[in-house]
Amino acid sequence: MLTLEGVRLARGSWNLSADLTVMAGSRVAVIGPSGAGKSTLLDLIAGFADPDVGRVIWNGTLLTGLPPGARPTSLLFQDGNLLPHLTAFQNVALGLRPSLRLSSDEAHRVRASLSRVGLNGFADRKPGALSGGQRSRVALARMLLRAEPLVLLDEPFAALGPALKSEMLALLLELVAETSATLLMVTHDPDDARALGDQTILVADGIAHPPQDTRTLFANPPTALTAYLG
Amino acid sequence: MRYLILAAGLLAATPALAQDKPTLTVMTYDSFVSDWGPGPVVEAKFEETCGCDLKFVGSGDGAALLARVRLEGARSDADVVLGLDTNLTAAAAETGLFAPHSAAVDGLSLPVAWDDPLFLPFDWGYFAFVHDTTKLATPPADFRALGASDVSIIIQDPRSSTPGLGLLMWVKAAYGDEAEAVWAGLADNIVTVTKGWSEAYGLFLEGEADMVLSYTTSPAYHRIAEEDDTKAAAEFVEGHYLQIEVAGKLASSDQPELADAFLAFMLSEGFQGAIATTNWMYPAVIPAAGLPEGFGAPRVGKSLHVAPVDAPTVRDVALDEWLSALGQ
Amino acid sequence: MAERAGPVTPRVALMGGLAAGAILLLVLGSISAVALRAEAWNGLKPSDWAALRFTLLQAVLSAAISVGLAIPVARALARRRFRGRGALITLLGAPFILPVIVAVFGLLAVFGRSGMASQILGWLGLPPLSIFGLHGVVLAHVFFNLPLAVRLILQGWMAVPAERFRLAASLNFSGRDIARHIEWPVLREVVPGALMTVFLICTTSFAVALTLGGGPRATTIELAIYQAFRFDFDLSRAALLALLQVAVSGTAALIALRVAQPAEQGGGLDRIAARWDASTPTARTLDAVFLSLVALFLLAPLLSIVIRGLPGILGLPAPVFAAAGRSVLVALTSTALTLALALPLAVLAHRLRGRGGKAIEGLGYLTIAASPLVIGTGLFIVIFPFANPVALALPVTALVNAAMALPFALRVLAPALAGVEDSYGRLADSLRLTGIARLRLLWLPRLRRPLGFAAGLAAALSMGDLGVVALFADPEGATLPLVLYRLMAAYRTGDAAAAALLLLMLSLAAFWVFDRGGRMDADT
Repeated sequence: MLTLEGVRLARGSWNLSADLTVMAGSRVAVIGPSGAGKSTLLDLIAGFADPDVGRVIWNGTLLTGLPPGARPTSLLFQDGNLLPHLTAFQNVALGLRPSLRLSSDEAHRVRASLSRVGLNGFADRKPGALSGGQRSRVALARMLLRAEPLVLLDEPFAALGPALKSEMLALLLELVAETSATLLMVTHDPDDARALGDQTILVADGIAHPPQDTRTLFANPPTALTAYLG
Repeated sequence: MRYLILAAGLLAATPALAQDKPTLTVMTYDSFVSDWGPGPVVEAKFEETCGCDLKFVGSGDGAALLARVRLEGARSDADVVLGLDTNLTAAAAETGLFAPHSAAVDGLSLPVAWDDPLFLPFDWGYFAFVHDTTKLATPPADFRALGASDVSIIIQDPRSSTPGLGLLMWVKAAYGDEAEAVWAGLADNIVTVTKGWSEAYGLFLEGEADMVLSYTTSPAYHRIAEEDDTKAAAEFVEGHYLQIEVAGKLASSDQPELADAFLAFMLSEGFQGAIATTNWMYPAVIPAAGLPEGFGAPRVGKSLHVAPVDAPTVRDVALDEWLSALGQ
Repeated sequence: MAERAGPVTPRVALMGGLAAGAILLLVLGSISAVALRAEAWNGLKPSDWAALRFTLLQAVLSAAISVGLAIPVARALARRRFRGRGALITLLGAPFILPVIVAVFGLLAVFGRSGMASQILGWLGLPPLSIFGLHGVVLAHVFFNLPLAVRLILQGWMAVPAERFRLAASLNFSGRDIARHIEWPVLREVVPGALMTVFLICTTSFAVALTLGGGPRATTIELAIYQAFRFDFDLSRAALLALLQVAVSGTAALIALRVAQPAEQGGGLDRIAARWDASTPTARTLDAVFLSLVALFLLAPLLSIVIRGLPGILGLPAPVFAAAGRSVLVALTSTALTLALALPLAVLAHRLRGRGGKAIEGLGYLTIAASPLVIGTGLFIVIFPFANPVALALPVTALVNAAMALPFALRVLAPALAGVEDSYGRLADSLRLTGIARLRLLWLPRLRRPLGFAAGLAAALSMGDLGVVALFADPEGATLPLVLYRLMAAYRTGDAAAAALLLLMLSLAAFWVFDRGGRMDADT
């Protein structure tokens, strides 16, 4: 269970507050207008920002104050997930051993996760020689390999076409199910939120609202959401 | 682009507009024309009487001056070249670019007789090692003693500096075939070899060495301009090398009469009176009022000099010895 | 890097070609002019080869030490925010733009026999330092070039996308992992260029090598050229030596361009990346130590210049201020010329890509290797039949100064332009932004920072350089560095120290104004 308890963050006149709980194993969309603080919410959980007041707790462990690498999180950005000078294999292997010194068992696991995401035979390619969808698959393979209980995604597939995007979302959901991870995904597309299924956090007017059932939320949207959806 | 052209135009604008008066162009070394050199006084004095416009053109030092004369050749705009020394006059004469002067040389007060038909002396001096008497009370008495001592010296590179070349000639004139051995003895006394006089003298004033190669007249500057009498030129028993600075008329001059007039003026009171305290050398003709107080006559036991005709050969031999002694 | 660059339009080819032609003409044309004027043909002497060896030795040492020290300093500057960081970066630029003679005296005041360091050693009962010899030459070159190397590396460092450090933090990279996966690729890309730049600057060293070298063993090629000119008046040898110098530098440039890996950077943001790896006490201490040592090493000599010059600065004679005015004018002209040469070259090099692009870029570095004495004399020979070189002294000085500053401007502008074109080139193409519109709407706004930096360098370098004016000068046309030499030649050390301070202030101000202008309101 992920809890944000009395979290407040102010940057000049901009601020964000969050008091919410996400059940373990749930799949939650984060939606809201640009600049409202969707990415900042993920930063607070991942450790790239710390709140002015309040606490972030995962299954009874206090996360606030821990550096990003010490938190039980996997992150996927829209881009910049891969180091351009390393091969697909090396980029995945970073998730296990940043030193890239792998035992044969570990190397086997890296190859297995690459083939799980459908990248058999692409291990030695660098990101420049991969398509957009294949690059996303490399990042997903690394996420799968790390098997962290909290998976945070910041508009990961925004640059992909509709067919490819639903393909990726489907793959993502499979992988999350395999690792029983909790998923939070920032998106600006209500269809993505529906595809995730469970719940949605609305971030608007300086507040990250507690998750609500996605269907109910869209069926009976509050003013902030109607303004955003138009 | 328009602004660039405008700026270039501004930069190029010269004071030489159309003038009725004839122009006499004197090419000389840079420190002569500087605001603190003899140039401004000489220009004002000569223009009082010549009915002309005297224009100086500066170019590095004496050796750079000769290179410039050779580059420009017979097409040069210059009428007079001022600032070569007797180490260079043979090479300068060989270019065939200079014309004989018509001035009388009987009033000269040089340590040597003068009979060069092309060049006229305007000042002279002796090279010497200058030291601070408060730090070095008893300087070495000659090059051998200097080499044997642990007194540190700064000298100039003969390839890039007039005093540097002068020192080369000095050691060669004093020691002949033993010059290389003398240099070998000096090697561990030499702190560094600089490009020119200014750098060396500056380093010396900073306290980087006990002595610096300069002129016997250097202490006079400190006495007269700074009222500081701690600087002295060490007297070497083997003698001191004489530098005579000269001027000559270019054969290609389109103002030969004015050029002659200038050379005559050069030996007159108006020019010679300015030399001591602007060029810090001995005037070629002692002014009626004598030398300024604090300047004094050179205290030099023996005057060393290589005849100008022999200078080029001696120079090349001496340079090879210098290079090999100092470890190249 | 597979994307296609924009087309080489006739305009791009013409502008770039003109700039490249001007450089070729200036460097090789002046050598040819000198060679053609030679009276007899003589080969090189054995001492010339010794000069080549010493030139290479000191340049290699100077480049390696400057860049080696610059890496930790640039890293500290890239990952630390502290009060006065901006001022420190600006001040670190000062030694590079100092006139050689001023800098040498500043160094002596610290490392000389009577300098501060020796005095401290004296209190401890130790003998004074000796700054003269190969180590003195290298020390001075490191003093001059360390700041430049820091700037070059820092620019590469700051171009790393911020996302990459986030990724590293979320994958729990250790300092070592970061060094290997993020910093090494950047260094791999910027270090060869920085090494080459410093190496090339040091190959044409003359006054430093001669003043601090300690004797004729420290003879560089440039001194050999000087000797060929004025001691032997052997123009053929001077031209040969100048060619040798160009060949050495050309080889170095080729090697560096080969070794340098092309950037594979994604589109990052221009801000200082937050670093989660740098908060360990060891990293903090290390950064603080490096920054303090370098600041001390670079700023103490500057401080001594200030202290020595301050008492006399208001009492400086009028001609010094007149000369300062001329220097400012020359510097401004020279800056405009530098940018007018550098931008077309950078554009052409980027459009041509591949070998052609490298060749054009390499051409821009040629002037670093050119002997100012040969260029000046070559120009003199060329101009003399048509016009009075003395009347053209200041424009010619501005032109030569611009050519000398070009490599540094290009080093800064070329990668920046490539970055802008890679990010926005296709957008601009699709909007049919060409010619002046592209310059005005894309390049100038996006390149403000590098343009400002390049202009600042060009202005300051021109301000401090004695340059070719010494070959042509007339009494009314002296620039500030020339007047400084004249003051020294007239025994006026007090005034010379004050003039040196004035020169230091003007050079720094010129750099600051342009660099600041480039950074102010830059919406990146």
